[in-house]
Amino acid sequence: MALFLMIKGDVEMNLRMKQKLMGWLFLVPAVALIICLSLYPAIQALLISFKTGTGVNMHWNGFGNYLRIFEDKVFLQSIKNCFFYLIIQVPIMLILGMILAVLLNKPNLKFKGAFRTAIFLPCATSLVAYAIIFRSLFATEGFINSVLIKIGILERGYNFLSEPTSARIVIIIALIWRWTGYNMVFYLAGLQNIESSIYEAARIDGANIVQTFFKITVPLLKPTILLTVIMSTNGTLQLFDESVNLTNGGPANASITMSHYIFNKAFLGVPNFGYTSAMSFIILIMVATLAFLQMKVGDKRD
Amino acid sequence: MTRRSSNILTYIFLTIVSFVSIFPLIWMLIATTNRSVDIVAGKLTIGTKFLENYRNLMVSQDLWNFFGNSVKYSILTTVCSLFICSLAGYSFEIFHDKAKDILFKLILMTMMLPFVALMVPLFQMFSKLNLLNSTLGFLLPSLSTPFLIMMFRQCAKSFPVEIIEAARIDGLNEFQIFFKMFVPTMKSTYAAATTITFMNAWNNYLWPKVIMTKSSSQTMPMMLSSLTSGYVTDYGMLMLAVLLTTIPTAIVFFVLQKNFAEGITGAVK
Repeated sequence: MALFLMIKGDVEMNLRMKQKLMGWLFLVPAVALIICLSLYPAIQALLISFKTGTGVNMHWNGFGNYLRIFEDKVFLQSIKNCFFYLIIQVPIMLILGMILAVLLNKPNLKFKGAFRTAIFLPCATSLVAYAIIFRSLFATEGFINSVLIKIGILERGYNFLSEPTSARIVIIIALIWRWTGYNMVFYLAGLQNIESSIYEAARIDGANIVQTFFKITVPLLKPTILLTVIMSTNGTLQLFDESVNLTNGGPANASITMSHYIFNKAFLGVPNFGYTSAMSFIILIMVATLAFLQMKVGDKRD
Repeated sequence: MTRRSSNILTYIFLTIVSFVSIFPLIWMLIATTNRSVDIVAGKLTIGTKFLENYRNLMVSQDLWNFFGNSVKYSILTTVCSLFICSLAGYSFEIFHDKAKDILFKLILMTMMLPFVALMVPLFQMFSKLNLLNSTLGFLLPSLSTPFLIMMFRQCAKSFPVEIIEAARIDGLNEFQIFFKMFVPTMKSTYAAATTITFMNAWNNYLWPKVIMTKSSSQTMPMMLSSLTSGYVTDYGMLMLAVLLTTIPTAIVFFVLQKNFAEGITGAVK
């Protein structure tokens, strides 16, 4: 009996160990890839950011690259641009996405599927493709201008993409168009997890639509809202495709994003990897700080 | 406001938003059938110049080379990364212990690393390894993504432990449990993950721009972007290229649309 128990215990131990080992084995490919292709390059980039020079002739430069950033007017402009997009576009997009999700979640709404598909459709387009559609629509001889001329608002084509403010606004319009439906899907998914009986109860208690929205929907959607806010902030601070293909950063860098400028500095003209790495760490600091703040704010009032 | 009028307002609002969402795409579709001059003049009816635009595009670009590259890169990325990330997400949940939970948090942190920060070291690494202009070079950085791992970990939470225990007693090993039981039950998560990964891979523009220096290895978005660099833009041809760049992602999206919402729901829970 004792022997049997011992063997049984041994077998169980073996099984436990085997399972543990399998658990780690399952993780190996994913973790190895992240270490080699994210963590290691990130550390390398951090080291390079304190060096200067080109190719093999790189030497330590202390905080020189980071100090240089404060004198780089174009990079400062690109920071301003990214925050301009962030502050204006993200709230509009998320609020619109949430309103649409709430409307589409109404149980007795007809054509629900058709509306949802239509609003989500922009997300099926490639980033470069939609940037080019908007570039064509807003071109001097583009569709928007021809409509504005026909209805008499403009006399001749206005070059939206050659004025700093209008170029930035076109980018914002394009971003809202492309990403509202995407965020709406997350809210819709979040809404489906809310019991309809809660709304029933609120209705019986006499709450109106606005009250229901702010007192029930928003608090219960908080994890989803936090997720979309962090994703959108991260995405906006790393904007690249739109800046390159919609406005090409122009006019005169007035709409350029940080990633676009860093790419240009790294791969067009004389490369200075030390300086570009320093700039990209500025993005990392911004993304991390904002994510941290958003999580702090999001965790409150629990 | 009465219920009726608020309902009507809802429909009007949704119709306007839907129209604005679809219009640029319809405009693009119509533009593929017209001459550049007519498009510029604001023509909004279907024309007859589709084949002409196609011929122009074929003459100016090695279209099917780029298309083939994009299809190849995107499918391989999707298959490999779904396999790698779902294994990891499954393990983080099913075999979770303290060490793995910490590791998972660390992985989530790498989500914040901006790609432009990794771009230069990766470029240097890949040129040393002779991976520039190669399929593997395209794939590697996007195979293991924290977002997908998180998504699969989240959906593994709804996978009942009893089933796993029962399967172990029946003598299935851990790989068999994963492939024969977990994968088939998590179809909607896989569908959502396929949609997201395929679209990301197809849309990827920055990374191929860094490593694909030869035109024979370049992708559709890169070709599309290069079409606008000339002095005069042929809008008919350009919009046809836009259409061809959009069709594959649209197909993936429509085929998997139903599962997409379900999969996301699982991930958001």
